[in-house]
Amino acid sequence: MSKVDLSVKIGSLVMRNPIMLASGTVGYGNEISEFTDLNKLGGIVTKSLSLKPRKGNPPQRIVETPSGMLNAIGLANIGVEVFLKEKIPFLKKFDVPLICNIAASTFEEYVECTRILTEEETIKAFEINVSCPNVREGGLSFGNNLNFVGKITELVRAATNKPLIIKLSPNVSYISEFAKVVKENGADAVSAINTLVGAMFNIYTRKPKIHNITGGLSGPAIKPIAIAKVLEISREIGIPIIGIGGIMDWKDVIEFMIAGSTAVQIGTLNFIDPSASGKIISQIEDHCVKNGIEKISSLTASYQL
Amino acid sequence: MFIINSPIEEIIEINPQIFLLKVFSPEIARIIKPGQFLNLRVTERTQPLLRRPFSVCDVNGDHIFLLFNIMGEGTSMLAHKPIGSDLDIIGPLGKGFNLEGEFDTAIIVAGGLGAAPFPYLTKQIKGKKNLYSFIGGRTKNDIITYNLENVREASDDGSRGIKGNVVKLLEDNLEKFNLEKIKIFACGPTAMLRSLKDLCVNFNIDCEVSTECAMACGFGICQGCPIESTEEQDHYLLVCKDGPVFNIKDVVI
Repeated sequence: MSKVDLSVKIGSLVMRNPIMLASGTVGYGNEISEFTDLNKLGGIVTKSLSLKPRKGNPPQRIVETPSGMLNAIGLANIGVEVFLKEKIPFLKKFDVPLICNIAASTFEEYVECTRILTEEETIKAFEINVSCPNVREGGLSFGNNLNFVGKITELVRAATNKPLIIKLSPNVSYISEFAKVVKENGADAVSAINTLVGAMFNIYTRKPKIHNITGGLSGPAIKPIAIAKVLEISREIGIPIIGIGGIMDWKDVIEFMIAGSTAVQIGTLNFIDPSASGKIISQIEDHCVKNGIEKISSLTASYQL
Repeated sequence: MFIINSPIEEIIEINPQIFLLKVFSPEIARIIKPGQFLNLRVTERTQPLLRRPFSVCDVNGDHIFLLFNIMGEGTSMLAHKPIGSDLDIIGPLGKGFNLEGEFDTAIIVAGGLGAAPFPYLTKQIKGKKNLYSFIGGRTKNDIITYNLENVREASDDGSRGIKGNVVKLLEDNLEKFNLEKIKIFACGPTAMLRSLKDLCVNFNIDCEVSTECAMACGFGICQGCPIESTEEQDHYLLVCKDGPVFNIKDVVI
């Protein structure tokens, strides 16, 4: 029996602790399950799914940056149908909330994906990606437009009763305006932040280092930006926040929670240390014990400004 | 597939730019195959952030050997690791070379650091098949023949072996072989692999190639290392998981 109550709640979704694995950094769970016990996690978020399979961008898709990386995968994925047929049987074996991330190119596609996936009982919640910076249609053009984000939220809300999380883009002036719109349209929570648009050039060839020209910046380099965005949403809008952006250790998790997060997602770190999430869970528990924190949820938005 | 800390026992300087790392890792040594790779974390700090992938160069008892050159910050840190310090390894990763089959002669074709996977392959195939190594490089300093057998050399500037490229050298020697009984194992720069593919297609020679691509995780979750398949047009293969070794006919190089 844990001495500390690590559980957190996102809408009607109760998680045993605040540590989730971020979309695009765990595939569909099978590879990472060799390194980390999925049953100990708060939740896992699938690679973005679209209605039909997507091939993704040509190489080079990834480049390292100072304390970070740029990626432009282009939402390569197997599509909803293959996911249900081939990946759900494996994921069913685990006692961990499965959150499906959906990325689409049209309003209709968002709705159709949600409508199909919500029938599957293994899927406990949805995270809607309105903010992928690496696809030509949809993606960022949706994520930058308040009306579009509001409409996607409204339409998807109507297609499922399961908890609905909207993953917000940081590539906007005021992220809290977007949090407000998704709250008004019935979302249960927001994930913040998705990657920041970045680019790098080879100075000798004068060509971009990734094929897509721009990519999404992630890793510890973006953490202070993510903390600021989470804080902005927390101060302006009353909606649960899942904090994401450059978490490398347990201290970063605590910091994200203090800044306003109810839960967090570990992303880029999974590529470097796929066993990190398990260690972080026991370390945040130690921190709570040592500091007399009985419920970890009491840390959320406990900032002293 | 393990995530494991293994101590560095020796860093051997092959030449001022090229190093051989000797690591005590019985768990990995026991199961790794030629052509598979390891993803190494060179620092616990955030700079450089990502792991660095390296083919296994050789295995001797409980020891694994990795060949690398200094390309930048990460490999420089690796070359200066203290002896006895732990190396954070994920591996063995990917699919290695298939050494079984009807062929009676194995031909290694490598350019520059592309020679890295072949000492271990040589060790496993020696005595079972005939073995020849065609090794190329830009200059004499780029030609690596460490623990290889029956070596023929080619350099772009003629400073070692014949002047010219290694695929041409192989082509000039092809008449010595029964083409139905040979299998080529290759690794090297893209331009070399492209001309090797043309040669293999023209003469219908069986060839496996170890490919390379920037990657983050090394085990399939980041999707960062796509390679085009010649069979299926609607999706990419991943270098880390479906490769890095492919039949040269199966991938677009």
